[in-house]
Amino acid sequence: MAIADVKEYTHLTEEEVDQLGRELDAIRAEIEESRCDQDAAYINRLITVQRGLAAAGRVTLMAGLHSRRTRKPAWLAGAAMLGAAKILENMEIGHNVMHGQWDWMNDPEIHSSNWEWDTAQPAEQWKHSHNYIHHQFTNVLGHDNDIGYGVLRMAREQRWHPVYLGQPVFNALLAGLFQWGVALHDLDLEAIRKGKKDPVEMKRQLRQIARKGRNQVLKDYVVYPALSGKQWKSTLKANATANLARNLWSYMIIFCGHFPDGALHFTEEELEDETRAEWYLRQMLGSANFDGGRFLHIMSGSLGFQIEHHLFPDLPSNRYPEIAVKVRALCEKYDIPYTTGPLHRQYGQALRTIMKLSLPNHMTSSDQPEPPSPSIDRGRRTDAERPSRRTETGGYFRKRASA
Amino acid sequence: MAATVPWERLRTAGAKLTTPLHPDDYLRLLNPLWSERELRGRVEEVRPETEDAATLVIRPGWGWRYDHRPGQYVGIGVQVDGRFQWRSYSVSSPPRRSGRSISITVRAMPEGKLSSHLVNGLAPGTIVRLARPEGDFVLPEPPPAKMLFLVGGSGVTPVMAMLRTMDRRSQKSGRAMPDVLMHYSSPTPERMIFREELDRLEEKHDGLTVHRLHTDTEGMLDLADLDHICPDWRERETWACGPGPMLDAITEHFEAAGLEDRLHLERFSLQLGGEGGEGGTITFRTSGRTIDADGATTVLEAGEEAGVGMPYGCRMGICHTCTLTLVSGTVRDLRNGEEYDQPNEQVQTCVTAAVGDCTLDI
Repeated sequence: MAIADVKEYTHLTEEEVDQLGRELDAIRAEIEESRCDQDAAYINRLITVQRGLAAAGRVTLMAGLHSRRTRKPAWLAGAAMLGAAKILENMEIGHNVMHGQWDWMNDPEIHSSNWEWDTAQPAEQWKHSHNYIHHQFTNVLGHDNDIGYGVLRMAREQRWHPVYLGQPVFNALLAGLFQWGVALHDLDLEAIRKGKKDPVEMKRQLRQIARKGRNQVLKDYVVYPALSGKQWKSTLKANATANLARNLWSYMIIFCGHFPDGALHFTEEELEDETRAEWYLRQMLGSANFDGGRFLHIMSGSLGFQIEHHLFPDLPSNRYPEIAVKVRALCEKYDIPYTTGPLHRQYGQALRTIMKLSLPNHMTSSDQPEPPSPSIDRGRRTDAERPSRRTETGGYFRKRASA
Repeated sequence: MAATVPWERLRTAGAKLTTPLHPDDYLRLLNPLWSERELRGRVEEVRPETEDAATLVIRPGWGWRYDHRPGQYVGIGVQVDGRFQWRSYSVSSPPRRSGRSISITVRAMPEGKLSSHLVNGLAPGTIVRLARPEGDFVLPEPPPAKMLFLVGGSGVTPVMAMLRTMDRRSQKSGRAMPDVLMHYSSPTPERMIFREELDRLEEKHDGLTVHRLHTDTEGMLDLADLDHICPDWRERETWACGPGPMLDAITEHFEAAGLEDRLHLERFSLQLGGEGGEGGTITFRTSGRTIDADGATTVLEAGEEAGVGMPYGCRMGICHTCTLTLVSGTVRDLRNGEEYDQPNEQVQTCVTAAVGDCTLDI
């Protein structure tokens, strides 16, 4: 079974799928050719604002906490500026720079090959687990570790186990400690559990994480508090608050990317013989946007344009709004779902799925919407006509091999 | 040196506060020159030399050593339409430790988008990127007693740095300048860069003689005339800089006389003299692309072919913009055959080719 048999677009002929692919290629080419100094100015300005916020936040905390009169506003302002700086750095700057969105500028200071971001995960591991694994195998069960991050059950196809009853708790922990969850992501917890991980590689990765994590912890929880003298406790709390705010925010935005209703999961078999155009289709059907103004989109690393980001992960993020207009028009033209909605609704749906899937499938119902239009016969066999295939992943909890 | 040690220590300590960034990443927001992350400079002045050539006076930022040797060139990176473009130009100012600026002289080429931009479009105050001085086309220490300079067009710039250095030294020491004969070809007198300064220097130093040839009216230099222009050219150390065909003719002439050891050349194009690699499969780890490349294809070209967003600058092994981490495997420097095979070694992709399979971190 190839991706083309997924019912959301079985109404398209193969020629139509190819045509869609060509139209998306044309959008990419157009943006690539029109990248200019205004785009360069955007990322440079953003970096200036972000570093200014970070510096201002640190200075406010160091200077403002000593007088009783300014203590409270300084704490609030400092923590808020620091939190905002961390969010901007991780999302609109770090994530996007490491995708190579700004490599075209040929500026070694803003380049995916050497950017290091303000979070515990080493950039090198992020680029592997995210740019390669997640973006190549988006939403393919058993390949894309972003489906539940190795701890949550996010797809009905994942086999249920009593451990998942604790899912609401795991979810809360993941949200609060998101930075550290991401830090361990490339270790591939599932592979470790299955004993498939190369121990030498694991050691190397762990050392790398420890080194980066130690510097991050030292900075926020030792060095800056120490510089605040008597007020070290306030500074420590403000830094922890900023980190927590960043964790909760980035967790929520990221869960809105692939888990709201309408974003599909795929199986390994659906990857077979995938063409470039079908890869585009899988990215469109596996991703979900959310609506918002320019400010919200910048603060969420332009991931409100998740569909556009997955189609063109290395085009500059400030161009996603104009790309979105074109992609949306294409979706209408080809009658393909374009999943979007307000942020609260998208996250609400993801949260509902987390809760529902903590229970076995027979106790809950699916929230996936119906496909938009009836399928046409493309001469391919239906599932019923083909030999049985694996319908579940996550067999690692099983003691015995039984279907 | 004593003053720089605590300073370096302070910056290292500062990195604890700014990790994973460097303090310079914040300091450059206060003053663009306060960063050693990438060498940079501010254009202080754009001085027209001729109709189509200008001298850029650049004040380098932190990390610049002012230790270039007279005749060397530097890479200069300018953002055009958001993208850094790199070229190399000879430094025309003499090295001076106390110096606050360097100058490069650029001629706008008809096809050269960047050179035209440098001559006509660069406002004082612009921040440019710089690459360390390089090149073996330099004035020896001490200079030989008798020298010959064969110069064509903007090839005068490295020679000018040598002349200015000798001028300054003779002024300081009170000793005469060595015996220098310079043959300078230029289409017309107006297009002759530095012609007034050369007049002044010639007047000031008995040792310096300048032959001017205006090729639009007088034709190209015929090397058979060299015996007439400079009867003792066989006894002189010779430096030649100018257009490719001129240098080819000079090389031939000196080889015919068996004097190629005496000839120093400056060409602004890459000469890949070394052995090629053997080729192999190059893997670009983070972008997940692979490509089979032969031993004559540079890693940079292979990466571009594979659709990887490779960083690059000069494409001739100077600016190091293209440097990437070699994760595993071996690459060979096409210029000199040197091999790099250490894991996590930094390699210049524009001048290296694969020797067997290798993996790069991009």
